[in-house]
Amino acid sequence: MSEALNAGLALFVLALAAWMVVARDTFAAVVGFVAYGLLLTLVWVQLHGVDVALTEGAIGGGLTGAMLVAAAARLRRTEAAARAERPGWPTRAAAALLAGGVTAALAVAVLALPVPAPSLAPETAANMGATGVGNPITGVLLAFRAVDTLLETTVVLLALIGVWSLAPDRVWGGRPGPRHRADPNETLAYLARVLPPIGLVVGVYIFWVGADLPGGKFQGASIIAAMWLLAVMAGLSDAPPISRGWLRLALVGGPLVFIAIGAAGVATAGAFLAYPDGLAKLLIKAIEWALLPSLALTLALILAGVPERPAR
Amino acid sequence: MMDTATLFGLCAAALVGLGLYAFIVNPQPLRKIIAFNVIGSGVFVLVGAVAYRGGAAGWGGDPVPQALLITGLVVAFCASALAIALLQRLAREAESVTLASDAPAAPPATPE
Repeated sequence: MSEALNAGLALFVLALAAWMVVARDTFAAVVGFVAYGLLLTLVWVQLHGVDVALTEGAIGGGLTGAMLVAAAARLRRTEAAARAERPGWPTRAAAALLAGGVTAALAVAVLALPVPAPSLAPETAANMGATGVGNPITGVLLAFRAVDTLLETTVVLLALIGVWSLAPDRVWGGRPGPRHRADPNETLAYLARVLPPIGLVVGVYIFWVGADLPGGKFQGASIIAAMWLLAVMAGLSDAPPISRGWLRLALVGGPLVFIAIGAAGVATAGAFLAYPDGLAKLLIKAIEWALLPSLALTLALILAGVPERPAR
Repeated sequence: MMDTATLFGLCAAALVGLGLYAFIVNPQPLRKIIAFNVIGSGVFVLVGAVAYRGGAAGWGGDPVPQALLITGLVVAFCASALAIALLQRLAREAESVTLASDAPAAPPATPE
């Protein structure tokens, strides 16, 4: 039963990937991408990675999908001309050969994976007690490999700075994206009033249970960011000008707390990002609480895009 | 019958190939960004299959690669966001978003 389900799932995923290659209309390919992200979420569940499934659903399929839909709608007028540049058959044949070769090499590697599989799970399990958290993913992300997570939050911030830096000089410091207006009696405006309170609770819950069960700050922050964007798209709220001091402070606040706690580890536990005995869970939660609002705001502003209107 | 890790591992290998082909032959930059994400998801599923095989100590998968996957997904999102922002800036400055080297000269950028 489960085998048939997995085989069907794999076929569906491959069919959607093939659709994204051949679809003539870019918008159709983007819609395929969103469905593809949702199916990948199921793949992650089948691979016993529920935390990864939540991240894929929220960020991989959700936020990336929303970004692509918006971009495809804006770039529609340029697509027809670009399509005419489709390479001739020799290029396509060479590309097919190359892609087929890469797939074959990877397939051979998959079939030749060592038995028994190498695993860090026993070591993680042996040291989980020291972190005080119950979810091994959170333990890895914020204790054993905390440097990765620190760099990751920095990358998110750098991406936002990159997006902002593309603003024309005239509107530097202004508000991102167009001002959305929607009929207050439309379904969109209705949903933008009904959903955010529910979404906010769900987002904070997913964040909160992340210590012991699947969930965490990135997944929670994505949901909160999506709720805010819904209100912006329905015209109920507006993106703040990016020159605001409180905004800048909120963006760097989380990473700064992370770095400060990491630096304190040098004095109290002998290494950067080391936690003193007994305080690990408290410090991990402190970092997560500081990161949640920063991440939600950063992700939301990345989605809102390049500043387009003067602050006024 | 194939086990779960092998099935999705092979599926991932095919995804990387499909994405790579789309990345080369689709001329529109936005399609290349989508293809980049398909290649990325193939790599992620492959790592996910390896993590699944490493399940031990009562967990269905090895938590270390799974945690790295979460980091990877977020970084892939950031890269896509930056690429899309660059593309939209290009579309605003020039009428076409072509990547061809012998493209007809774009009309001078008009101040908005």
